[in-house]
Amino acid sequence: MKTVSSLLDEHWYERYKNISRLNIRSSIYDVTNRCNLRCKGCFFFSSGEHMVAAEENDVGKWHDFVTKEMDRGVNLAILIGGEPTLCLDRVEAFYKKLPTFCATNGLIKVPRDRFPDMMVGISLWGDAEDETILRGKDTFRISSANYKGDPHAYYLYTITPKQLGKTEKIIQKIKDVGLKVHMQLLSNDEDVDGFSWQADELVAVRAEMDSMLDRYPETVISSKYYHEVITTGEMLGRSFGWMECPSVTEPLDKRNPRPKRLISFIRWSSELQTMHRCCTSETRDCSTCKDGAAHMSWVMVNKRAHIRTTKDLQNWIEVYEMFAKLYQFIPW
Amino acid sequence: MSYDINQTITRISEIIINELKLEDVTPQTFNPDLDLIDEVGVDSMDLATVALVLRDEYGIRIDEDDYPKLTSVRIIAQYIINKLTEKE
Ligand code: SF4
Ligand code: SF4
Repeated sequence: MKTVSSLLDEHWYERYKNISRLNIRSSIYDVTNRCNLRCKGCFFFSSGEHMVAAEENDVGKWHDFVTKEMDRGVNLAILIGGEPTLCLDRVEAFYKKLPTFCATNGLIKVPRDRFPDMMVGISLWGDAEDETILRGKDTFRISSANYKGDPHAYYLYTITPKQLGKTEKIIQKIKDVGLKVHMQLLSNDEDVDGFSWQADELVAVRAEMDSMLDRYPETVISSKYYHEVITTGEMLGRSFGWMECPSVTEPLDKRNPRPKRLISFIRWSSELQTMHRCCTSETRDCSTCKDGAAHMSWVMVNKRAHIRTTKDLQNWIEVYEMFAKLYQFIPW
Repeated sequence: MSYDINQTITRISEIIINELKLEDVTPQTFNPDLDLIDEVGVDSMDLATVALVLRDEYGIRIDEDDYPKLTSVRIIAQYIINKLTEKE
């Protein structure tokens, strides 16, 4: 039987031990239904999730809710939206009690006197031209001024097919403002012309992401195995999709057989009672889903399947480390 | 009644091998002191699956809060024997 220590040398075993008992239990929270942008391809608005339920406006209820979530075993709160920075009191309800990550478009600066070490993930959809087409403005100009040199912030760069051959310019810009970057792929939920992935483009983007990781190892937080899994949709000979997805809200998960999944995971609406199907769009077709977090989690929950060869297990460790860095469980 | 720890270990090893579809190992060759979480990669979902079979087999309930303590087959065997003894 293959065991971890039979596959790893001392260096890799040490890395494995640093993460093997983290036991991260995350859930995702819509902080608000509102946003100060309306991006084409935003899964939240395109699937009508902003209309599923009203917002809970009583901050006291948010505090009580967070306590209940902790009782449920949640030890990482991932805040999304809408735009969470529009409702900082709600964000604070999480931050005061739990390791908290806040996704934002970066137009409003999270006040660091109030949230000194909260990890902030700033969304970016490409260069100024693509950002203007998809999001109505070049957000980088504003977000980079807001977060320049911030050790608790990174860019969440959503690569689109139009970005092929142009990613280095973006990575360099991010490096120049002293920030890190994590890459993911656009799922094009609103079928914007020219922004859906073709097979040859996925091959090309994988090579480009690999090369960015090689050339900017201090700036890019990623792993080549993650690039492989997200571009091919394959892992250890299995295909990603509904029957494999780990990021389905647990109480709504009626799949049989039940795949390896995130324990206790729920994505809550901002009314704090309604649950969404999964970590991303309610209406997205799972067969074309490119959600980065879901693919990352798919690898992470399938640890035992990776205790197969040294390379497989090292791949698993690198993906887990990437996740742990992005959510501040281990240093950059 | 007294329970044979070695017999319990062999049976639990068999259940774990079957339920988790472990390859290249038999109940006889399974090292009962091997760390299931760190070395075999067993996670809480695996433990929940095994706990259901153990419940049916031994008529005892394994608390989810106890999962982190159940790190080897020997420890699980002792845990079950303790529960069975308490029940008497
Ligand atoms: S900034 Fe984010 S939440 Fe707002 S519209 Fe764009 S993708 Fe959607
Ligand atoms: S849309 Fe993506 S994240 Fe949601 S259930 Fe389908 S595969 Fe999973």
